[in-house]
Amino acid sequence: MTYDERLKNVSVLGSAGKMGSGILLLTAVEMADRALLPENKGKVFVLNAIDVSDEGLAGLMNYLRVQVRKIAEKKMVWLRKMYAYREDLIENFDIIDEYIFDVMNIVRPTVAMETAYKSNLVFEAVNESRALKVKLLSQIKQNNTNDVWFFTNTSSVPIHIIDEEAGLDGKVIGFHFYNPPAIQRLVELIRTHNTKDEVVEFAHQYAKNLRKIIVPSNDFAGFIGNGHFMRDGLHGIKEAQILAEDKDMPLYKAIYMINKITQDFLIRPMGIFQLMDYVGIDVMQFILNVMNPFVENEDLHSDLLDKMLKQGAKGGQFSNGAQRNGFLKYKGGKPLAIWDIHKQYYVDIDTFKGECDEMLGELPVSAVAWKSTLRMKNKEEVFTKFFSDLKELSTLGSEIAVRYGKRSKTFAEKLVSDKVANNHDDVNTVMLTGFYHAYGPVNNYFD
Amino acid sequence: MKKLRRKVYMTAGYNTISLGTGRREFNPKKPRPGIEHYIREAGQGVLKQIGGATNVDESVIGNFMAGRFNKQGHIDGFVPMIDKGLSMKPAVRVEGACASGGLSLITGINHILAETSDVVLSLGVEVQNTVKAIYGADILAMAGWFQKRKTGHAYFFPGQFSDRAGAYYEKYGYNRSRKGMARWYANAIENARLDPTAQENHNTNPDPYGTALKMQPNGRAFVDNLTVLDCSKVSDGASGIAICSEEGLKRSGVDKKDAVEVIGFGHAVRDITNDPTDLTELETIKYSAHHALENAGITIDQVGTIETHDCFSIAGILAVEALGLATKGKGADFVAHGKTNRNSEIPFNTTGGLIGWGHPTGATGVHQGVTIWQQLTGRAGNAQIKISDNRPYGLTINMGGDDVTVTSIVFKRGE
Repeated sequence: MTYDERLKNVSVLGSAGKMGSGILLLTAVEMADRALLPENKGKVFVLNAIDVSDEGLAGLMNYLRVQVRKIAEKKMVWLRKMYAYREDLIENFDIIDEYIFDVMNIVRPTVAMETAYKSNLVFEAVNESRALKVKLLSQIKQNNTNDVWFFTNTSSVPIHIIDEEAGLDGKVIGFHFYNPPAIQRLVELIRTHNTKDEVVEFAHQYAKNLRKIIVPSNDFAGFIGNGHFMRDGLHGIKEAQILAEDKDMPLYKAIYMINKITQDFLIRPMGIFQLMDYVGIDVMQFILNVMNPFVENEDLHSDLLDKMLKQGAKGGQFSNGAQRNGFLKYKGGKPLAIWDIHKQYYVDIDTFKGECDEMLGELPVSAVAWKSTLRMKNKEEVFTKFFSDLKELSTLGSEIAVRYGKRSKTFAEKLVSDKVANNHDDVNTVMLTGFYHAYGPVNNYFD
Repeated sequence: MKKLRRKVYMTAGYNTISLGTGRREFNPKKPRPGIEHYIREAGQGVLKQIGGATNVDESVIGNFMAGRFNKQGHIDGFVPMIDKGLSMKPAVRVEGACASGGLSLITGINHILAETSDVVLSLGVEVQNTVKAIYGADILAMAGWFQKRKTGHAYFFPGQFSDRAGAYYEKYGYNRSRKGMARWYANAIENARLDPTAQENHNTNPDPYGTALKMQPNGRAFVDNLTVLDCSKVSDGASGIAICSEEGLKRSGVDKKDAVEVIGFGHAVRDITNDPTDLTELETIKYSAHHALENAGITIDQVGTIETHDCFSIAGILAVEALGLATKGKGADFVAHGKTNRNSEIPFNTTGGLIGWGHPTGATGVHQGVTIWQQLTGRAGNAQIKISDNRPYGLTINMGGDDVTVTSIVFKRGE
């Protein structure tokens, strides 16, 4: 079966979800683009958007329409060539409208999972639950009359377990997008010892057409991205708890301080507590629960997360993309207050910011904001200077920051020594492209 | 063309800012002033300097495509909105693509010459940021022949001038052409920094020449032979000026020294359904500008400053050649050697031109007139150049479409 034949009938499970909708969008666009090629004229491509929620699917179609327009606007030069044969389409306006229709026309929204029985390829993007994934994939495998392949957007469950328990016969691969899939360029690709070569080959071609950066990860719970992030997050929580105890202050102040250190002192796009909120405290706990049984000499668990969830502070995003409150409370995406776990309400940052900032101490004058480093050509030089200046300071902020940076490096090295990642560069690439860090965790800045 | 039968002056020029990417106040996600705002601001800016609307006999407003950019036709109906004193007076909207502003000036001049008016309020306006550039390209393409749209580029006009640039590179060499075009861009930016209303006024790039020279055209994302820096940007803006007879000036209480006199003008149109005969020549600009000089009875070496229609850097270079300042193929060198810089003998586009000041299409021709008025009467502020006695004239060249409609006007300070 050729690449195009494989794509002729595809299903996305969980297509109305945060990850599923992005995967559906990218796949719909890829299929429409293939259909526009002269050699595919007249061939019909079908993409089943499968989800349990009719409301979700209605929202998905709106999302698609808006996003496909944006995508079309960016490739107008190519689209004009592809539609050159259509004499009725003259202006860019006409061509873009037609392209949106052509993409949407491939997509069949449905709540009936049975539609996947005719697919050659199934993308799975349902909740991160081993039992659910196994149940759905085995049902499709048993009823599908084609040689169906499974691409699972799994962020923590080992792929070989899904393969074995669902009886997929090696026709499965972990294809882990980062959120949001339409924007983030990273994909972690996880093949098992059993994954067929042709599946891997197709995955590479597909990723290349989507202009994604592939990092191979070995099939170990959490893979590279969550392998690092989960430990980094737990470390943040631990640092905050120690700080609160040492300084005899409420935990919310310590959370503010560690969040600030991990953002401003470590030049990251957001602080670690904000990142945990972004991922979702519930999602984080879910992934930790999947990972924990597979790790040795480590307890990937946090009582604080349990408490937060019990108190209803979940983080994650609303369906319109706005950030939900978690450790932090947000307005217009900006943190305004921190959750007080004892009194169970949000305390305005402004009421204690001054004293906490003073305790942390000033940043060196060589400090730079994360955003300004995005297009910086001499990043290495700037970071070397900044972190060396930071090390010279003996402020509370600098000490915790340096310790944090070192710890982050240890997590990255552990992923290589545990054979989750093949090398340090792969870990760095994941953190640079999947988490938008300005520098990889394996570096010499904190030595 | 016959000698002007009557003295014609322009005075009381006014420019709104040219709003678009590059200006700090521009935010594509936030609401912006509409076309009404720009017409009102420019109109009132002129009226204030001529003793109010009562002194105006009639008005002309140049606009290219409000019908699509703003879904608004009947633009002359907005003139009385500027001031109640303009109500029940004649007003007309003129259109000739990007030369609509030039046509507004020429129409005003003709009203004075015809002795039907002594004071004409001439305006030009365009508000283009209402749509994204990819759709704006469709709208601007209407300055070409629609029968050619299907085979044209996604970015139609950049495509047309990319073809011209490509022909120029092939004939005269890529590197030397690009040096001239990079210098053209750098001059535009440096001049725009001196005019607070310019779109590129906030540009802080320390090396615009280096940036432009380094950037290479990429046909996959844009056009084959031009970069975005070779192109004027998408702009919202309006300009206005009063066109007066001697009586009109007197009535408005404006001294001749505070006005510029129109010494001659040229206006030429070529058949829009034909392709240019030579891609490396702007024949209508050549015809119209020479006609204006002849009509004024002067030669190009008496001109002290020129505002030319650099919708694309290559159009600037080809205009230099069309004016006879350089022979064919040498225009790029002429520019590269600094001979159009603001401190040269014949400074071009001293407030940035279309690339630097901005290109609100229907307003551009009027803006050019305002710039020449500012320069010749010493009102150009930080952008002021020295006008020497042996080169006292200013020249504007406003082009619509791909060298289809061109207006050229020769000015001198009133005396």
